[in-house]
Amino acid sequence: MSESVKLSFPVLADDFSHAGEASGSLKRTLKKLGIDMEVIRRVSIAVYEGEINMVIHADGGVIDAEISAESIEVWLRDKGPGIKDVELAMQEGYSTARDHIRALGFGAGMGLPNIKKYTDEMSIETEIGVGTTVYLKVNIT
Amino acid sequence: MTVKELANNINAKILAGNNGVENEVTCGYCGDLLSWVMGRAKESSAWVTVMGNVNAVAVAVLADISCIVLAENSALDEDAKIKADEHDIPILRTDIPQYELCVAIEKLLK
Ligand SMILES: Nc1ncnc2c1ncn2[C@@H]1O[C@H](COP(=O)(O)OP(=O)(O)OP(=O)(O)O)[C@@H](O)[C@H]1O
Ligand SMILES: [Mg+2]
Repeated sequence: MSESVKLSFPVLADDFSHAGEASGSLKRTLKKLGIDMEVIRRVSIAVYEGEINMVIHADGGVIDAEISAESIEVWLRDKGPGIKDVELAMQEGYSTARDHIRALGFGAGMGLPNIKKYTDEMSIETEIGVGTTVYLKVNIT
Repeated sequence: MTVKELANNINAKILAGNNGVENEVTCGYCGDLLSWVMGRAKESSAWVTVMGNVNAVAVAVLADISCIVLAENSALDEDAKIKADEHDIPILRTDIPQYELCVAIEKLLK
């Protein structure tokens, strides 16, 4: 891969049946590019966690990905409510998910910790009332 | 063991994802909280759960899970069935309770 590949996916708010389509298409692209299966798995899970957070906690948004020979970088941007206390949100078990969301199997408070676990780099930029950007990077080698 | 062999051994019905029945199962995981599953389940797992919704199928797709095994005759949503067929994720179902089912699968995998 001499030049990097750039992809962009919209994510709709409150759309649980389609949540996972952005991470799913990214996964298919990574497979086509012949990237290592373990790397693909780590990226897919991390991006799905971010995607589902955009659906549940924000009003949807846009996922941008850049694939180069060295790494896969992803930006998950939303214009949702923002995160008040990022350190708290990063803790395993912390969740503000409501009961109807929990009934679907979400709300364990493990999503952001999973993103950290499966990536080589992760950061969160957030502002109350403005939105949140989750950045993640997985190295290929 | 393949998903098909697993299904035969535990007397489970295959409700969806028939194109994936030759998937290899090497280990198992049990749980209903989706992020927990994504954090802990290994690839090629048989995933025992009562969560038969479309989000569970998305998790199985993204985490390279070999099959979903619905315990205690739990319900499979219609949109979940469609997604499982689309992505070749086999969904098995049995009336065995979750704990006994895991024990049975573990014995088979040993
Ligand atoms: N994009 C976001 N916008 C606003 N708040 C968010 C966003 N992502 C996460 N949060 C906040 O951080 C908390 C922790 O997120 P995390 O993904 O770890 O857990 P969860 O989504 O509540 O449950 P799980 O991911 O286990 O299903 C959320 O409950 C929510 O309060
Ligand atoms: Mg989450």
